[in-house]
Amino acid sequence: MTATTVTSAAAEFARRQQSPVQRIQHQLHGRPWLSPLFLLLVAFVAFFVATPTFLTANSMGILLQQTAIVAALAVGQTLVILTAGIDLSVGAIMVLSMMVMATLSKDGGMPGVLGLFVGLLLAVGAGALNGLLVTRINLPPFIVTLGTLSIYTAIALLYSGGESIQSAHLPGLLNFLGDGFGIGAFRLTWGIVVVVIIYAVVGFALSQTAWGRYVYAVGDDPESARLSGVPSKRILLAVYTVAGLIYGIAAWVLIGRAGAATPNAVPDANLQSITAVVIGGTSLFGGRGRLVGSLIGALIVQTLQFGLSQMGVDQQWRVLATGILVVVAVAVDQWIRKVKA
Amino acid sequence: MTVTDLEVAHGGTPAGKEHIYTQQPVLSARKLVITFGRVVGLDGVDLDLYPGEVLAVIGDNGAGKSTLIKCLTGAYVADSGEITMNGQTVHFRKPQDAREAGIETVYQQLAVIPALDIASNLYLAREERRKGPLGSIFRMLDKKGMERRAGQSVQDLGIQTIQNMNQAVETLSGGQRQAVAVARAAAFGSKVVVLDEPTAALGVKESGMVLDMVKQLRDKGLSIILISHNMPHVWEVADRIHIQRLGGRAGVITPQTHDMGEGVAIMTGAKRLDAA
Repeated sequence: MTATTVTSAAAEFARRQQSPVQRIQHQLHGRPWLSPLFLLLVAFVAFFVATPTFLTANSMGILLQQTAIVAALAVGQTLVILTAGIDLSVGAIMVLSMMVMATLSKDGGMPGVLGLFVGLLLAVGAGALNGLLVTRINLPPFIVTLGTLSIYTAIALLYSGGESIQSAHLPGLLNFLGDGFGIGAFRLTWGIVVVVIIYAVVGFALSQTAWGRYVYAVGDDPESARLSGVPSKRILLAVYTVAGLIYGIAAWVLIGRAGAATPNAVPDANLQSITAVVIGGTSLFGGRGRLVGSLIGALIVQTLQFGLSQMGVDQQWRVLATGILVVVAVAVDQWIRKVKA
Repeated sequence: MTVTDLEVAHGGTPAGKEHIYTQQPVLSARKLVITFGRVVGLDGVDLDLYPGEVLAVIGDNGAGKSTLIKCLTGAYVADSGEITMNGQTVHFRKPQDAREAGIETVYQQLAVIPALDIASNLYLAREERRKGPLGSIFRMLDKKGMERRAGQSVQDLGIQTIQNMNQAVETLSGGQRQAVAVARAAAFGSKVVVLDEPTAALGVKESGMVLDMVKQLRDKGLSIILISHNMPHVWEVADRIHIQRLGGRAGVITPQTHDMGEGVAIMTGAKRLDAA
């Protein structure tokens, strides 16, 4: 017989909570971006061990360039998901905007500035249309963007005739974001700089302005937000419109990165942007999350893609791995939420 | 017949406070009608709220209590009827309109955002920006200032249990959330504070705290509309009691002239006020 100490049920419970796993759970609950950061480190260490070419200045530069697109899309996606919505037209808006920019200004057809401007304007309009359908006709964001995904993709294909436009045919301004500067073998493009600026601006708006608070409030409890005097519909419309603008900028970054405007560029942009946001700890139910988490999430997605491709793993397996990552991330998120106490 | 005569005819004015009822009502509604499809929410309701009084609104489920105050606070727009403040006709199209006119509301569902902290909730939709270019150009919030003033508002109401204004509202108890919602109304309501079932979800001690807050607000000169199902609470704090029945006003009584049993009888239709 072992000696048993008599304790109250509550004291027993409190003592039980001291287990290391639960302590980690508590920490993660307080700092939701910790687990993605940890995951990123694990991925880095794993690929460093697996492939000698992974952790080199050259590779890191390429990794960042590849991340830039998904990271930019993830900003718009984060805004939409924070309002308890989802945007399935991310990739479609980007491609539409890109094809319009390129087709208008190819072979000296239109000045680069004008082509860029029209492309960005179209992206803003496409985002605003999503927003109008959500706020005016009260359709669920999932349905709206599922519909516009097909519409924008079809328009992009019809408009461009399904043909790629190589950078040699494009004005310098559209290719500019692919240029950059090197720090030794480590090369940064202007596109990366632009994406960092987007994060800084939107991050500031979310955390330091009333607009940012409204975005969280509308996503967390729309009725309470409305009763408190938050202009919910205006905020929602603004979120989809700003998201559209960001996808347009991502299109510009993509032309520079890919060296061409291709209608079927980044086919899994939707999956990757949603994955980045979810892995980054933003709740699909809205109202909770940090923009910096999405940046870490985008880095994780791309690190996985890049590391596996360095190891010579086939594309299909990389998509499979991304899918598993989403499920694991959401499961971990649910587990962390159970703390509450 | 003037408004005041009508009130007297119904149930009289509270003893010792007659002077209040010779003034112009701060908020008045005449013949408010609102329908939801075939359902009649309000069927021509009148309401008068005088300066510095606690007007309780009681009524059975579906009598139109919440609908009435939602019309008065801009959450619903009445189909017909007139609302006046200090004699001036007003049109509230949204809650913000009523707030700007000095009417603050604590809704039954509290209308607080669980994920945001207490200070953010208190200042939701009336955030204060930093001074200088940081505020005017970059629209940066004065977080420190709002946090400090939020702490002051909470302290003014004598709420001891809430200390940290950076706490997310979802970590608070029901009573504390209620206190946050009341503190918000008290901090910004310049004329009228409306409380919809403020004690419904609370324990005895917490209810007492909320009722004390109601008295404090009245003593500061605010007019209060209190919707409640809890008759002892109503009879404890109300100056007058508006009885809502079947989408209309069955009458107005005072805790001195009628007891709870009579109030409930009028509310359920077992007794008509004229016969009292």
